[in-house]
Parts: sequence; C-alpha cells; structure tokens
Amino acid sequence: MAIAPKKNIPELLFYSLTAVASFTVIIFIIGIIAVLLKESSLAIGKFGVVGFLTSTAWNPVTGMFGAATTIYGTFLTTGLALLFAIPTAIGIAIFVTEIAPNYLKAPIGIAIELLAAIPSIIYGMWGLFTLAPIMSKYIEPALQNSIGKLPLVGILFEGTPMGIDLLTASVILAIMIIPFTASIARDSFNLTPSVVKESAYAIGATKWEVVKNVVLPYSKLGVFGGVALSLGRALGETMAVAFVLGNSHKIATSLFDAASTITVSLANEFTEADSDIYLSSLYYLALVLFVMSFIILAIAKFFLLKAEKKYSR
Amino acid sequence: MNIEQKRKIESLVALTLSGLAAAIGLFWLVYILGDVLIHGLGALHISLFFNDPAAAGVEGGGLRNAFVGQLMITLVATLIGVPVGVLGGTFLAEYARGKAIARTISIISDIMVSVPSIVIGAFVYAILVRPLHHFSGWAGAFALSIIMIPVVLRTTENMLSLVPWTLREAAFALGAPYYKVIIQIVYRGAATGILTGILLSIARVAGETAPLLFTSFNNNFFSTDMNRPIASLTVTIFQYAMGPYKSWHSQAWGAALVITLFILLLTIAGRLILKWRYKQ
Amino acid sequence: MKRILTIALLLTGLLSSNQAQAEEMLNGAGATFPYPVYSAWANEYNKITGIKLNYQSIGSGGGIKQITERTVDFGASDKPLKPEELAKANLIQFPAVIGGVVPVVNIAGIKAGELKLDSDTMCKIYMGEVKTWSDPKIKGMNPKLNLPDNAITVVHRSDGSGTTAIFTDYLSDVCPAWKEKVGAGTSVSWPAGIGGKGNEGVANYVQQQANSIGYVEFAYAKQNNLTHTVLKNHAGTFVEPSFASFEDAAATANFDPKKDFYLWLNDAPGKKSWPIAGATFILLGKEKKDSNIKVVKFFDWAFKNGDAKAKELVYVPLPKSLKAKVQAYWKANGIQ
Repeated sequence: MAIAPKKNIPELLFYSLTAVASFTVIIFIIGIIAVLLKESSLAIGKFGVVGFLTSTAWNPVTGMFGAATTIYGTFLTTGLALLFAIPTAIGIAIFVTEIAPNYLKAPIGIAIELLAAIPSIIYGMWGLFTLAPIMSKYIEPALQNSIGKLPLVGILFEGTPMGIDLLTASVILAIMIIPFTASIARDSFNLTPSVVKESAYAIGATKWEVVKNVVLPYSKLGVFGGVALSLGRALGETMAVAFVLGNSHKIATSLFDAASTITVSLANEFTEADSDIYLSSLYYLALVLFVMSFIILAIAKFFLLKAEKKYSR
Repeated sequence: MNIEQKRKIESLVALTLSGLAAAIGLFWLVYILGDVLIHGLGALHISLFFNDPAAAGVEGGGLRNAFVGQLMITLVATLIGVPVGVLGGTFLAEYARGKAIARTISIISDIMVSVPSIVIGAFVYAILVRPLHHFSGWAGAFALSIIMIPVVLRTTENMLSLVPWTLREAAFALGAPYYKVIIQIVYRGAATGILTGILLSIARVAGETAPLLFTSFNNNFFSTDMNRPIASLTVTIFQYAMGPYKSWHSQAWGAALVITLFILLLTIAGRLILKWRYKQ
Repeated sequence: MKRILTIALLLTGLLSSNQAQAEEMLNGAGATFPYPVYSAWANEYNKITGIKLNYQSIGSGGGIKQITERTVDFGASDKPLKPEELAKANLIQFPAVIGGVVPVVNIAGIKAGELKLDSDTMCKIYMGEVKTWSDPKIKGMNPKLNLPDNAITVVHRSDGSGTTAIFTDYLSDVCPAWKEKVGAGTSVSWPAGIGGKGNEGVANYVQQQANSIGYVEFAYAKQNNLTHTVLKNHAGTFVEPSFASFEDAAATANFDPKKDFYLWLNDAPGKKSWPIAGATFILLGKEKKDSNIKVVKFFDWAFKNGDAKAKELVYVPLPKSLKAKVQAYWKANGIQ
C-alpha cells in the first residue's frame, strides 16, 4: 500500500526527517534499557536477581539492599486501589452507557475525563491535607472498631490510625485511576452492537440482565485490557502516593502501617543516595519497575488486541 | 415473591448501585476541585504571580520563578516533542504504512507511554545531568519531551490513518510528490485531530512532577537560564506542601489551582475542538 | 508549517539569548538543617550583590552525593566527612553554622518545654519498645503531666539526612542497643515509625499527627511553634533547647582544620549543654576554583554580617576563633 519515495531531494529529505523522528522512540527505549542495566550492574552483581527481589533489607548504613519491601508496597497499594476502583469504574461505565438519560451522558462523560486530567501531584497534595486527616480521625478508627475487632482480618487494622499509611495511599490511587478505568470500560461497552441488546430486551430481559448477560460478556476482553492498563498506571504513579505513604522500608502487616513503593523510594532517595551501591540499587529498583510495567502492558495489549479482533469480526 | 418481581428488584438494585458508583466518581471530582478552588482562591494574590519566594518560613513572597520556569520547561518540551512526534507519526501512517517497521514502532511507542515517568527522570539524570555536571532546565524539558513524543506520535498516526486514502490518490494523479501531498492535503485533513492530540499531550506533561525532580531540580530565585536549575510549579508544590510553613501550604494551594485550571482548560479545549470537528 | 517553524526558531533564540546575559548564580544543595538560615542569608545577599545563591534543601545525603557528582557548586551536610572520605572525592570541607536537634511532640494539652525525656527513653521510643505516652518510663519522669494512653507515632526522616546522622550518632553514643541494632548514618534502617522528607517533612507530619514525636533542627520547631521537649544531658541535668544550651555544647568543641574540621558535638559534657547538637558543613569540589571563590565569598559575607540573622533563628554562629580558622583554611586552599 505504501508508496516508496521518489528520488528527488525534498522528497528524500522529508522522508528521512519522518523516519528519523519515528526512530527516536526506538533510540529512547534502547537508551532507557541500556542506562538502567548499566547503572544497576553494580547492584545486580552484588545482590543477584533472586537475592535482590526477595531480600527485605534496605539498609544504607550497611549497604545491603533488597527490593522485596518496595515491591510488596507497590503491589499492595496497587492491588487495593484496583479493588476499590474496578467496581466503581464499571458501575460508572454501566451508568453512563445504559442507564443515564441522554442529556446526562455527555456531561458525566466529560466530568470523568476531567477527573482523569487532574495532575497526580494535586491528588497527592489533596490526600495529605484533606483526606489523611479524615482517614485518621473518622474512617480508620471506625474501621478499627468494627472490622478490626473480627478475628483474622483484625490484624489488617492494627496500629495507630495515622492517615499516613497504605490505606490512604490506596484510596487516593483508586480515586486517580477510577476515571481512567471507567472511560476505557465505557468505550468497550459502547462497542456492544445495539442489535444484540435490542433482541435481549425484546425477549423481556431487564436492564441489569442485558448488562450482565450481554454487555459484560461481550466487552469482557476490552475491560480486562482496560484494567491491565490502569494497573500499569497505578504501578508507575509517584506523586499521588508520595505524600501519604509514610516512606517506610518494612513489610507492613496492617493497612495502617506506613510503607514505600518503588516510585516513592526513587523520588525520595534518588538525589540523596550517597554511596555507589545505594544509587545502583535505586536504578535496579527502577529496572524492576520498568520490567513490571512492561509485563503488564504486554498483558493489556494481549487482551486489547484480542478484543479488537473480536469486534472487527 | 415470584420470579418476575425478583428479576425486577435485582435489576433495580444493580442499577442503583451503578448510579451510586457514578455519584461517587462525581463526588470526588467535586470534592477535589472544590477543595483546590477554595484553598487556592484564598492564595491568589497578585504577589503570587509577580514576586519571587521569600526566605524559608518568612511570610510573603510569590512564585513568579515557578510560573515562568514551568512555562519555559513546558514550552521547550512542546517545541521538541510536537515536531518529532508529528513527523514520526507521519512516517508510520504514510511511508511505512502497513509495514512491519510501523507496527514495531507503534508497539514501542505504547511501551514508552507506559514507562513510569520517574524512570524517565532517572534516565535523563544519567545521560544529561551527571555527565554535564549540572541540573538544567534543558534536562527537565527533555525528560518531558520523551514523555510527549510517543503520545503525539501515536495520535498523529491514528489521525493520519483516518484521512481517506482516495484523497491522496487524487493528489498523486495530479502529479504531486508524496511530501507535498502529506503537508498540503493529509495534514490539512487531520489537522484538528492532531491539534487535539497536541493539546492533550501538553496537558499531560504540564502536570508532571516526577521527571523534573532529578532534572530541572528547583530554584528559589527567578531565572530564565535553561542551562541552570529552574523552578517549576509542580516541584514547588511538592516541596511546599511537604514543608511545615503555613505560608508555603497556602502558596502550594494557589499554585495547584493555577496548574489545575490550566490543564483542565487545555483538556476542555481539546474536547471542544474534537466535537466541533465532529459536527462538520 | 513555515510559520510554526519561524515561531519555534524565534523562541529558541529568545531562550538562548538569555543564557548570554546569565546572571550570577550559585547552586548548592544538601542539608535541610541549615536551610532556614541559608535561605535568609541568600535573600539578603541577593539584595546587596545581585548574586543568586540557589540552595535546595534535599538532605545531607543528597548534598554529599551531588557535590561528589559535581552537579552543584557546593554541597552541604550536617554529617562531617572524614578527611579520607574527602580526599577520595577530592573535596574540601568547612563548618558554616552550629545548631541543635530537638525532639518535638504533638500531644494534646502538653506545651513546649513541659515534657521531660532522657536518652534511654528517646532510644526506646525510636526502637519501638516504648509504645504509649502513658508508659511508666515516661510517666516516672513527668509525674505532673496528664499523658494520654495513646500509641506514640514515631516520625523520622525518609531521606538521607544529616539531622538523622546527628540524631542517630547521639542515640548510638548514649544507647548501646541502638548502636548494635541500628547504627548511625544519614539514613538508617528504622525499627519504627513513618518517614517525612526533610526537616520540613518531619515538622509537617508532627504537626498533622496527634501523639507523634519527631526530631528537627530547632529553627523548624520555633518557626512552626512545635512543642519541643526537655532532655537530660550527659551531666544529668534536664536542659531546655535554647541558644545558650547549644552554645554551651559548642563551647568545648575543638574543630581542627587539619582534619577538615571533622567533629561531632553530641552528648557534650557541659552542665548546661544541649545533648544533640552539631555543626553543619559546606563541601566544595577542590578543582572548581572559580565557583569555590564565589561560594566562599558568600560565606565570608555571612560570617561577617549574618550572625544576627542566625541568632534570630536560634542557630549558633561560629565563634570568632573558629571563623578565623576557617578563613585560614580557605586561604590555605587558595580560594580566598
């Protein structure tokens, strides 16, 4: 389909210009991988791969570093955030596509997208000044006095409700990814052919049954892809959690414990790592994060491509 | 209760829940924006825009340095990111259309979009800051442009692909060389779409903090020298909000309001352009 | 297209023309401990000379790191580097000002200077062994205070910090268990608590968290009206943090230019000495003569004109004899 450039000078010039421009992304990605590998080589050599990933040490005094605590913090905040965000986001998408009267659809859609555009630092700052005090004064004590009294799960709600902890960070992260997940879910829902929906209504299905049995199964792949994309986004988020996570390199057992994520460790410690092995370990963390977000993107792409194939059929 | 009623009640409950979810989503939007507005308006004095920061813990002063610095960093990032992104997208959608190389670069761009922005900051620190021995506005702008390029590139690619192929063929038939066809016909056809993409990508990078922490650093003084550390609103918000001083907190809210409004306006402008284009 | 290009070129031209007429600017980074006084000095200096001294308080660890990488004109650290460490990174070092680290608390009903603590209790709180304010250890020292039964929220630093170095050096001095299990340094592996970024961050968290305890440079406590505690010192007396008790801690110190002034002031023996004090240091890259001369000019100006401002923020200016030593050290290194 494409046409090879004719051999005249302006044509060649423009062709090479565009080619070079598009190759910059390849250069960047190779550059990033090379820099991360080179900078972390010292730590890779010293701690190995498995050793680094499983060690809970993070001790600048002795120069011993491991990624386990920050990976744990990263997964826990992201996992909790998704737990809060996915049902809400899907609820929003159902509301916008199936329930809302037409005059409400556009405004709500725009509002959700605006929520997605607010910079993450605003979320973080708002979390510190507004949400954290509310969490520590009302929500966390309430949780402690209700669910916290139950056996087994009670351990999750132990400790002082400080508001600067895993739970608050996860809630902020959730608020941040809700609009993102919701708009992808909405787009997937919208792809359900109306013929299929109409026929379901025709045989007497209720709205919920149409959503449950027609829309959701039909758009499943797209929603999975969207969830994976949101996961990637939450994983790499720095500023929204940096304010309220408390920066503690420990394996937290309670939701009211302070923790750290890979991104927050980088933000806090990067310009301050005073020994080579410390900095190298931070680059190693960055590499781990890079690989993690790469894997998650691959999963997202897998679902989205499959979805695309399905819809285009 | 018969099965019919049960189904109806189930439906009602589920739909109410999803309505509730939408309400929750909107609630946060109103809460956050309202909070930023209330606290921010209180801090919006003329001095915030025209004064430089006072010494730490001293009342007064403003954030002129950060406003100007933010504008410069964003501007330079746009000047690098937009041409490279648009041209790169052109290559994928035009010269390499349908070829393996185009698919590869598309995928790589998607990977680039998903790279956490703080990793990009660490990358630029290693290639620009440390070897050149100074933090600089250029490094910050470069980090932002790395985030911007794949976004613009992918939007451009998509928008150009939407321009009907027959349009190009018509121009070829008149004997126009490909580059002229692209610049004069294809770009024109996709202009609004590309513009929207550019606006949204500016909105995206203008609120970034993480890539600037180790690159453009920060500056307490007014400076327009891109070779030196330069202040930015976002890094200043991080420093001020985490700081203990009441006057810092209030200025951080003010800065937060300005940057939020700026980004929301860009986003709304982008949407409006798309909508206007849709109608035509 | 062409128009966009012209605008772009124009703008780049504008930006680069600014470089040509670049104002004098010095970039420094490091300790948050002296940030209030450096920032006050820098603003004053800017008014007089037009020179902009951009000091970013990123933590002492950051100061050491960034001057070692030579990404700034000077680094600042409250943790003095040993002469061999300086030699390795080709750095020179001198003290700029002296200050005290004070424990600050946020307990309802307790006012500044009311709560008494001794070194062992401090150690146990930070070890996570003393968990509530009503612990008999604390109650015993403060029989008159109405201490709540609430858990203590320990606040420490999240970043590489000289304040932490001073504080942990103090805990290591007075508490063998701390020395053995945690140690001293700009950042350590904390047994308990949440981490705030910079003295600023710790002050902020202590303000926001009820029943918390943190440690900050005294200027931060004072500027933010935080509740400082009273501490038992080496001689066994309870002392208030104040200009006098910091000065007393510094009085016995003997800074030696031959060791690049390497010295800690913790746990000073004086009767009125505040037990957690330290000097904060400036680090310069030996080979960067041009910028070093400018940086030294600033500190020379501050030595001559900045004492009042420092005292106002409850820092202890260097004694005259020490200033003379530092000036001689500059001359010996050929930067004054």
